[in-house]
Amino acid sequence: MTTITTSTTSRHSFLDVIRKVTSNYLLRRLGKALFTIWFVTTITFFVIRAMPGSAIDVLMQDLTAQGVSPEDARDQAAALMGIDLDQPLSGQYLDYLNNVIHGELGHSYRSAGLLVTKMITTVLPWTLFSVGLALLITFVLGIALGTIMAYKRDTWIDHLLSNLAATLDAVSPYLIGLLAILFFGIIWKLVPIMEMRGSMSSGMKPGFTIAFLADIFKHVRVILLVYVLSSIGSWMLQMKSNTVATLGEDYVTVARARGLTDGRILTAYVGRNATLPLFTRLAISVGFIVGGSVLLETLFTYQGVGFLLAKSISQRDYPVMQGVFLVITVSVVFANLLADYIYGWLDPRVHILGEDN
Amino acid sequence: MHIFYEFVTGFWQESVKTFKILSRNKMGLFGFTMTILIILMSFIGPLIWPPEVSANVSEINKGSSAQHWLGTDFQGQDNLRKIINGGKDIVTIALLTGTLSMLIAVAVGSFSAFIGGRVDSLLMEFVNIWLTIPKFPLLAVLATVLALKDVVMLSVLMAILDWPALARQVRSQVLTLKNREYIEAATMLDLGTPRIIFRELLPNMMSFIAISTIFEMTHAIYQQTGLVFLGIVPYSSANWGVMISAAERRGVLFNPQAAWSIIAPMAAIILFQLALVSFARSLDEVFNPRLRTSV
Repeated sequence: MTTITTSTTSRHSFLDVIRKVTSNYLLRRLGKALFTIWFVTTITFFVIRAMPGSAIDVLMQDLTAQGVSPEDARDQAAALMGIDLDQPLSGQYLDYLNNVIHGELGHSYRSAGLLVTKMITTVLPWTLFSVGLALLITFVLGIALGTIMAYKRDTWIDHLLSNLAATLDAVSPYLIGLLAILFFGIIWKLVPIMEMRGSMSSGMKPGFTIAFLADIFKHVRVILLVYVLSSIGSWMLQMKSNTVATLGEDYVTVARARGLTDGRILTAYVGRNATLPLFTRLAISVGFIVGGSVLLETLFTYQGVGFLLAKSISQRDYPVMQGVFLVITVSVVFANLLADYIYGWLDPRVHILGEDN
Repeated sequence: MHIFYEFVTGFWQESVKTFKILSRNKMGLFGFTMTILIILMSFIGPLIWPPEVSANVSEINKGSSAQHWLGTDFQGQDNLRKIINGGKDIVTIALLTGTLSMLIAVAVGSFSAFIGGRVDSLLMEFVNIWLTIPKFPLLAVLATVLALKDVVMLSVLMAILDWPALARQVRSQVLTLKNREYIEAATMLDLGTPRIIFRELLPNMMSFIAISTIFEMTHAIYQQTGLVFLGIVPYSSANWGVMISAAERRGVLFNPQAAWSIIAPMAAIILFQLALVSFARSLDEVFNPRLRTSV
């Protein structure tokens, strides 16, 4: 009798563990992030290897055209990409996954012998810094301005800000960047655009010194402004409509009737509920800004990941291209994971819903 | 066939009604008129003012004048004429990408909403995963590897990359509409799924579909000019994007005299994007009572 009971309880607890793991919000999100990375890696593999006219074929043709014999070209291309061409496709795929997991992304084709991983790690901090800062500023400023627009609905300030936001939202980041160079750099001569090329001045020693911080700020300021301008429009409009919708909710009316101060209603009732849906938009926004960085970093010669991707594209440097693309995607996926966790922490309902299932 | 005819007449009536409401909204009217004008200019203009074939050495990088309203470029060609001839690619890609991705999105989104259950959640899970992948780098890499040759192929590629976001919106829209009384009534009357979709559901989603399509069009313009800037899309014809990057490469930015050759194509693209978006936003204002400003 007792044995039966223990066995069923142990089975129950085992199933419970499984259920808890699958229904755990944080773990589910992590699983999804890993799946996304696997998915993108697979796409990259097929683009490089399996598609007709794929990168490795082009690379081999290129090398043959330079006078390398076909066999040598094949070996060299395989070595550059870190792929063993003698294996069947499935074996190559597994090898490729294994290499990616260990951070081995092959060698650059144009900058002879340079490890792709090394090239990426030297530029990645600059993109993380500029894009991260831009996102933070946009998020905070967008929420603030959107709330003002909603509270001052139908006044001149709302009309002004709404039209501004709609305009900024409509115009491509790349055009805003060109306009910034044209007006700030050339026509009004507010900033020395030529000296600002690169992510820091040559000869500057990285470290927590005032000179270094001032220098990186000098180099980042215009591109930062363009990032903010190009993505703030949609945040403002979204925040405005969320706040307007929240202001009409019953609990806000009740809070007013209870005689709570406007400040308390704004922070604890309206602000919190209107901001929540924005976190789900963060996914799209991160991808948008990072995508824009390919163009903007090239325009401003800001040496980040986007600049490296654009350079590898124009040089048809396939090993670098695939490596940078993977790294960009992984960063965006993890940024989203972070946003999901913050969301889950701010809105306990998602946990409860997850555990109900 | 009959259902399709009904859908077309319904769509036409709906469009006329929309236009009547829209004509009261100034921004919307501006956007709509401007969009139509730009499309007409890009397709009819080249027939009247064909592109110049030869360079004009004596007129290089001139400012605005009575002869050349928008100045001349680095080859001494008239900028205004280049603008008129350079809109076709941009407009075609915008229209094609918008329409294609919306067609896929409507098909998949409404299918997903109607079928529900496991298929629906799988599809939506896929869409959510797809949304986290940064689209522009992916587009740039794919366009490079595929070495796209023409406008149609580029539009198809962009539509394939962009439809999932739209499909999610369509699905949620269909789900809300599905529970409205008139759809429930139509279901109870057993009018048949095609009739419900084409006669009841789609006409009521038309404004929403139009708005999303227009936003997708501005996005397509952005991606396209970006690809031109990176040198991925071929320089075969002189479109606005090519004009910008050609001017940028010739250092026009640092030559105030030649500023017109970069400002003109930029203004053309910005004007087109603004026209599209103000049209879409006013459609949104007209049909979304939550946003409706007091008239």
